[in-house]
Amino acid sequence: MHKTLKKLTGRNESYVFLILLALGLLIQIRSGQFFTGNNLVDIASAMIVPGMFAVGAFLVLISGGIDVSFPALASLAAYATTKSLLDAGYVGGVWLPILMALVIGAILGAFNGLFIGYFDLNAMIITLGASSVFKGFMQGTLESKQLAVIPTGMKAFGTSALFTATNRVSGITSRMPVAFLVFVAVVAVAWFLLNKTYFGRGIYAIGGNPASAKAAGFNVKRTKFFVFVIVGMISAVAGVIRVCMMQQCHPTNMLGMEMNIIAGVVLGGTAITGGAGTLTGCMLGTLLIVMVENSMILIGVPTTWKDVFVGALIVIGTGISAMQVKRASHAADKAKKITGKEAV
Amino acid sequence: MEKFKKVWRNNQHIVRLLIIMVVWLVFMALTRFRKFYTFNNFQTMASQFPEYGIMSMGVMLCMITGGIDLSCVGIANLTSILAAVWMTKLAGQAGVLSAGYYPLIFLLAIVVGTVCGALNGFLISRIRIPPILATLGVNQLLTGICIASTGGAAMSAFPKQFTDSVAGNIGGVVPVRLIVFVVLAVVIWFMLSRTTYGAKLHLLGTSEKVAFYSGLNTTGLLMRTYITSGVYSALGGLMMLATYASARADYGQQYTLQTILIVVLGGVSPNGGKGRLSGVVLAILVLKLLESGINRFQNVSSYYISLIWGGVLILAMMLDYFSDRSRARAR
Repeated sequence: MHKTLKKLTGRNESYVFLILLALGLLIQIRSGQFFTGNNLVDIASAMIVPGMFAVGAFLVLISGGIDVSFPALASLAAYATTKSLLDAGYVGGVWLPILMALVIGAILGAFNGLFIGYFDLNAMIITLGASSVFKGFMQGTLESKQLAVIPTGMKAFGTSALFTATNRVSGITSRMPVAFLVFVAVVAVAWFLLNKTYFGRGIYAIGGNPASAKAAGFNVKRTKFFVFVIVGMISAVAGVIRVCMMQQCHPTNMLGMEMNIIAGVVLGGTAITGGAGTLTGCMLGTLLIVMVENSMILIGVPTTWKDVFVGALIVIGTGISAMQVKRASHAADKAKKITGKEAV
Repeated sequence: MEKFKKVWRNNQHIVRLLIIMVVWLVFMALTRFRKFYTFNNFQTMASQFPEYGIMSMGVMLCMITGGIDLSCVGIANLTSILAAVWMTKLAGQAGVLSAGYYPLIFLLAIVVGTVCGALNGFLISRIRIPPILATLGVNQLLTGICIASTGGAAMSAFPKQFTDSVAGNIGGVVPVRLIVFVVLAVVIWFMLSRTTYGAKLHLLGTSEKVAFYSGLNTTGLLMRTYITSGVYSALGGLMMLATYASARADYGQQYTLQTILIVVLGGVSPNGGKGRLSGVVLAILVLKLLESGINRFQNVSSYYISLIWGGVLILAMMLDYFSDRSRARAR
């Protein structure tokens, strides 16, 4: 019991969970609207797209890289899919758009992966450039415009509900979209991949120390490449799902999400230097950002203050985890010094 | 021949940029001579590039240390909003701001830049947050403060004397913004090549550990670098204020990418330790010539510029990769 407690207090996830709980209680006290069925369903539904993006950003961070191109990638994939199906007069189910998004996402992800994996170029700068290329391709070559109508199959998928929750006081009803299942599936696959496969252990290994991962027999270049392919696929599907849920395709309103997503993942305890982090922490951190973005209005904070809070959250959150790393390495140094002296 | 090879090896990025520049200038001469080669066009270009040019020089210093500064746009916008408020306070909304107050506005920019840069520097050198995250977080925080204080709207009701003079040309020929840029470039040149700061900066970028054990005050050096970058971003913000004659929380969003593109194109290694001012200044000029040239072709959508910038950035990285490899093989 004592051991598990110690293990829990040493982990970022526990703190993030406590902050989440405190924030929830604060909102509950101030507005009485937090722990109501419809608010919780709303938060879960707001979590779908950021949550999927976060899984992608998490995989890249674990592998020791960083990806800032996923919103542009998702926008391009979602726009290309929606537009081409619309032009073709497609009336079938949602499986084809998702399949197309997977293919487009894989190709665009491979573009990133090629430069970062096989040429070993700086991930931050390549994905920044790629983000600009994707955006330029979408707005220049495809001449993207807002699409007010989307294929019927996608629309039906976006509006169908698993269940609905009604607020007894205000009578507001919220739907839990079927798309939530896709999010759950993505998380489950990522968990399986990371914890149960050789490839997944390789992602942790190359993020921790590429040289030793190589010596241990992992193919560093190929692992990095496939991480970006997978992230491209996840992001593209998230983009299509967002289009389905919004019932329209707005090509540019996903751009600029990257920072909040990465911040959420890092808040959840994922090391920006790679090699360490858990999916649970990643989800909790993202939930914290989603809650700050969606629920501040409930405690009377105007929406214009959102960025201030998110920015402060990034600085304080990453600051705390950086301090922990510093203290840990300090302690290790001290221990070394003491043992060194004893040996002499 | 041997000599030529040596010059090429030491000035690869500069030679490459010069080639791009000459080819582009010839191309423009052949296709759009009358529209491109006008006094007005060159004057416009010279008054437009300083805003991101100044920011790029700050980012360059950070990148030489192996870091990065993604907060320049946030600092610039905060500065221009505060400067607008400050000018209204000094002279009243419809009042006339006398020239005697101009130094105060520059002073305000320097103070804002120092505070924001010191925050970056503190987070990076003391708390040890990776520069990408620290400057990103600070950028979001500052942008948030800008949005919260203005409600996201553009501020344009302030005395325009200052912005008019900065946006003007001396003697109708030389843009004031160009002079500000040149002065600031000379300051950086002096710091890098006439003081020990430059050598220390390169050592820090090559290996922080070695720099630390050589007795360098790495914390102080990082602080100084990020403060300089903050001040340069703030002064870039003043130039932006002059260009737009208004201030808003989301002006100049494209500059984050553009400054990094310039710095990488100018031959600064993102891993730190390598980089020269001459390359960066040349990259600033090349980028402006490219952008202005592309704008002369009406049938090319302006959206393509983002595609071209991204493509050029990746291409520059690839060229570095291959030239590094061939150099490694030559050894």
